[in-house]
Amino acid sequence: MSTPTTHPLAPRRVLFGRLGWSALILFALLFVVVIPALHLLVPTNHPLYISSYLITLGGKILCYAILAVALDLIWGFAGILSLGHGLFFALGGYAFGMYLMRSIGRDGVYHADLPDFMVFLNWKELPWYWIGSDHFLVALLWILLVPALLAFVFGFFAFRSRIKGVYFSIITQALTYAFMLLFFRNETGFGGNNGFTDFKRILGLSITTPEMRATLFALSAAALTGALLLCRHLIAGKFGRILTAIRDAESRVMFIGYQPLWYKLTAWTLSALMAAIAGALYVPQVGIINPGEMSPANSIEIAIWVAVGGRGTLVGPILGAAAVNLAKSWFTFSFPEYWLFFLGVLFIAVTLWFPGGIVSLWSRLFGGARR
Amino acid sequence: MQRRHFLKVLSLAAATLSLGAMSFPQGAQAADTIKVGILHSLSGTMAISETALKETALMTIEEINAKGGVLGKKLEPVVVDPASNWPLFAEKARQLLSQDKVAVVFGCWTSVSRKSVLPVFKELNGLLFYPVQYEGEELEKNVFYTGAAPNQQAIPAVEYLMSEDGGGAQRFVLLGTDYVYPRTTNKILRAFLNAKKIADADILEEYTPFGHADYQTIIAKIKKFASEGKKTAVISTINGDSNVPFYKELGNAGLKATEVPVVAFSVGEEELRGVDTKPLVGHLASWNYFMSLKNPVNDGFTKMYKDWAAKNKLPGADKVVTNDPMEATYIGLHLWKQAVEKAKTTDVDPVIAAMAGQAMQGPSGFEIKMDEKNHHLHKPVFIGEVRADGQFNVVWKTPGPVRAAPWSPYIPGNDKKSDEPEK
Amino acid sequence: MPHRQPVRSLAWWIALWILCTCSPLRAEWDAGLAATLANGDSEARIAAIRQLVTSGDPKVAVLLKALAEDGLAVADGRLARPIDGQWIDLESGATLTPTGTPESLSINNRVRREVQSGLALLRLFDADPKVRLEAASSLQSRATPEMIPALEKALGQEQDATIHDHLFLGLALARLSSKDAGQRLAAVKALGESASTTVRVTLSRLLEPAAEPDETVRREARDSLKRIERRLALGEAAGALFSGISLGSILLLTALGLAITYGVMGILNMAHGELLMIGAYSTYAVQMLFRNHLPNLLEGYLFVAIPVAFVVTALVGMLMERTVIRWLYGRPLETLLATWGISLMLIQAVRLLFGAQNVEVANPGWMSGGVALMPGVVLPWNRIIITLLALLVLGLTWGMLNRTRLGLFVRAVTQNRAMAGCVGVPTGLIDTLAFGLGAGIAGLGGVAISQIANVGPDMGQGYIVDSFLVVVLGGVGQLAGAVWAAMGLGIAGKLLEGWVGAVIAKILMLVFIIVFIQKRPQGLFVLKGRQMEG
Repeated sequence: MSTPTTHPLAPRRVLFGRLGWSALILFALLFVVVIPALHLLVPTNHPLYISSYLITLGGKILCYAILAVALDLIWGFAGILSLGHGLFFALGGYAFGMYLMRSIGRDGVYHADLPDFMVFLNWKELPWYWIGSDHFLVALLWILLVPALLAFVFGFFAFRSRIKGVYFSIITQALTYAFMLLFFRNETGFGGNNGFTDFKRILGLSITTPEMRATLFALSAAALTGALLLCRHLIAGKFGRILTAIRDAESRVMFIGYQPLWYKLTAWTLSALMAAIAGALYVPQVGIINPGEMSPANSIEIAIWVAVGGRGTLVGPILGAAAVNLAKSWFTFSFPEYWLFFLGVLFIAVTLWFPGGIVSLWSRLFGGARR
Repeated sequence: MQRRHFLKVLSLAAATLSLGAMSFPQGAQAADTIKVGILHSLSGTMAISETALKETALMTIEEINAKGGVLGKKLEPVVVDPASNWPLFAEKARQLLSQDKVAVVFGCWTSVSRKSVLPVFKELNGLLFYPVQYEGEELEKNVFYTGAAPNQQAIPAVEYLMSEDGGGAQRFVLLGTDYVYPRTTNKILRAFLNAKKIADADILEEYTPFGHADYQTIIAKIKKFASEGKKTAVISTINGDSNVPFYKELGNAGLKATEVPVVAFSVGEEELRGVDTKPLVGHLASWNYFMSLKNPVNDGFTKMYKDWAAKNKLPGADKVVTNDPMEATYIGLHLWKQAVEKAKTTDVDPVIAAMAGQAMQGPSGFEIKMDEKNHHLHKPVFIGEVRADGQFNVVWKTPGPVRAAPWSPYIPGNDKKSDEPEK
Repeated sequence: MPHRQPVRSLAWWIALWILCTCSPLRAEWDAGLAATLANGDSEARIAAIRQLVTSGDPKVAVLLKALAEDGLAVADGRLARPIDGQWIDLESGATLTPTGTPESLSINNRVRREVQSGLALLRLFDADPKVRLEAASSLQSRATPEMIPALEKALGQEQDATIHDHLFLGLALARLSSKDAGQRLAAVKALGESASTTVRVTLSRLLEPAAEPDETVRREARDSLKRIERRLALGEAAGALFSGISLGSILLLTALGLAITYGVMGILNMAHGELLMIGAYSTYAVQMLFRNHLPNLLEGYLFVAIPVAFVVTALVGMLMERTVIRWLYGRPLETLLATWGISLMLIQAVRLLFGAQNVEVANPGWMSGGVALMPGVVLPWNRIIITLLALLVLGLTWGMLNRTRLGLFVRAVTQNRAMAGCVGVPTGLIDTLAFGLGAGIAGLGGVAISQIANVGPDMGQGYIVDSFLVVVLGGVGQLAGAVWAAMGLGIAGKLLEGWVGAVIAKILMLVFIIVFIQKRPQGLFVLKGRQMEG
């Protein structure tokens, strides 16, 4: 297994340096409080006004950033590259989407108790796995439980068989592909390839109001901060050291007397959980969830964000997700034909010349003096 | 030295990028043009179909501008690429409506992309023209549907197959890609066939996954089913790329159109470009327009597109074809122009009101009219048989344009649905 | 005297036939015929065609052929066909100078069926036995009572045994509706030798007393039906097995290149699908070159396309290796990302160059159609040839790796790079060549795909997941493993598809692979060794 460049391990239990803490607090303040406030309180023609377009775009990118952090936890620190993280993201999205569909109530096209696509298919009652989906708290439970359970079971068998490296990547890809095909089917009961759309409200509050948008944005930013703190906390401690040791030499860790299975499994399941939360926050902001999110290509793109930002740095993947997605929004508007060229060159350039990603660029430019 | 230089360039690029990302929404709002959004995938899986629609829209805008534009202003196209990514469709729609302030958007192909942008158009009160045949069951104030509803494509095709000229089919294979449009269309067709006294035992429904490329088993199944009794026909709602392996297998496995005809709803001139059609002669498609139609409007339309392709050096410009969704895009743009001129403004609500009853002579050779109420066009239906040159021979057509029934009468409960968008 | 009746009726039909053929009857080549064919409804056109066929006029075959191929037009009330840009009068053969554009005649399936039957009937008397065989076998399942005289006449003349058999079955089918029970009984008995699904349907209708009053005929029909069904079931099983093998060989062809680049060299090439795509586009380019410049040799374009595709993709592959992959050896996951980037660029480059739409790659004539194992079970030529191609490529690859110096070096480098370098193997060059070889084989896979599926910028994406699964399932470093995995997946996939449908079958296969790898993480075939870390 190759070793990515990571900065030397920080002293025990010190999450961030002074600079790190201030950056984190600044980030949290800006994204959890200031930007939502600018969206809500500033008049629309004011130069500081954050438009609904920007705030939904920003919210989307925040969710992607959580996803990138989740992937970095297992890829950067445990050396497990999942090419199926889109699956957990989508499952979280679907779990919350079910709640959103149910809370449309009778305001759908058919004014029926069932979601529109079920009426359309002439179903008379909800399938059993939809039971309870109209309760917000049950939905929250599903968001956490379903992806975590799937990750746990899949991870348990895979890690017990000591599948790793490329093999693991390929079977995670097969897994998400299988789920995509399953969810494409109308008969599976999740709206086929149209998925869920036309959401109206959360907890009785309309989903299209600026207040709701600002809240979701702030929640996403808070979740990202939380994910970052949690991962940092894990990594800085003994758990993180063992995880990194497993990444670098699994057999030796075993010979010393540790059982890698449980360390890997914990990191893996936590990562899936974070991906699911990101998915759940993502769906109400973009307004659609469909099986396309589970396509293998999407999952590969997540790995790209992490690599571009800087693998094994936690902050890097956030920057990577933001940079790639902003570039995507910009290119697909300004040079629609050249977007894929840019993306391709970016991947190659990052892997060839900047294996440490954007973050390493930072330290190369400004860290030289300190070292 | 070299590395430092490179780093500088890179950081500069990154800075430009982030600046650009932040600043692109402020498009220069020139007062003397009307912005028209074009929301078709130029990359990803749907680029294969949607690229031609972007070209058609640009061509029509140029045609309108050459004749003086609309309300004395030129139209200014704003092209974006949603990259076959459904959430990106919603994002781009919001960008077009709220940042670029386009007057109208022409776009989408798949139903899921339409469903994805719909909430945005409703929220921001935008105007979308959707040019592709679809499964119906939708009627939104902010959308005009210029493609066919099921009763303008699927039902007439089946009626034809059951007629003596169509072969008097009494047994049907409903074959499709496993997603919403085929499932729904087949559901409507099954109800229709049942109403025509075709028993369920005489209907075989088969689905394949997206991107399926091996049709051996399916063809064998069709052969077996066809050999078990009455005259059989296949109704295909296979989508996109899968059509090529399907038709290649069909041609080589010796399932002739004279024995078991296949009628397709997603296969037109553009799709047949990827197939050798000689073994497929006689298989059918049902559309509201074929390139081979002979009338002055269509001659002008096809010539205009060929010239456009040559002028803009589109790949394979010497072989470009026109098809039904392209015609629908063309008609949509013209009807919108007429409505704007009638309303004397590009504001969405007056234009929607003015759209009712707008009509023009379409390339199909009929007068195409926007319904007064239901936001769908009145369209003629043609059944065409594949020719060896990849075009279609029209073998049957409706006497005149047919009014759309977006709420299929074959889905229970739809009899109570209103024929107008809900406010 | 029930026995004399068939003879009498036969004699009557023969007399009628002789009367028809020998009397100086000629088709009515007047404006009336042209008008009927041009503007009449299907009913009238079919009547006209039937009359033409019984007229015995030799020009009728030309007319029907032109009609079937959309090559007939009405020019100033005369039937004419375009030859080399001129309008030739069908009756006189004179060149016409039509006023205005002649209106070309088009037909629908119903009329086409009639035209084809008529043509087949006329072709029964063709000098070429191949033409007669085709005509006889097509009539075998669509003979109608009106055709009896012609069939009998052809049967009387026919020397070829196979054609004879076909005609005999066709005649039996036509005679099923005879009024005479004895004749029906003989016909039913004869039809027991058929394997045609049409015959099966017809016979199964005779099981009802309402349709067939005679008890013995019904019993005989039941017996014949059983024999036919046994034969059909056998054919079906053979067909299913063939489709499994065919899918397996396509999987193998698409995965074989990967088995070298990934399996042997350990390079995780996500642009593998795009190498297939480039192979397919090379085939397209060669086809277009032939079509535009060497139309006479078009049938043979594939023989040029195969080496061209191999060389082009090998060059692209070597370029990739030299510029990007070379710097990433030993870092499989980074290779994955970089090659994914390459794949995106290749897709978009092809899209800008050739357009986003699929391009048409036609099977050459000798690869179109299929060989009928029996009526109803057709093995398409393109699939048979692709299976052979897979075998050939497999053999060549194996030979290359195991019997040549290059292969020896490749194996040496992958087993111990440092040692190979020490004894003078140019490891860098070998890497490039080996990657080029893998890429070139992917290009051959692309040629194969172009003959059965679509050729478009995105096509590679559909094969990449499957290819990886084949290689991973087979076990790294093993050609034999890839063969077993591809064939296993192909046959199991087709069997499952017949049973649970295509969608569920695909999902089940994926689940199976996931579970299988849990059990045997190194694939079907494991290189025995004492390594601890992979």
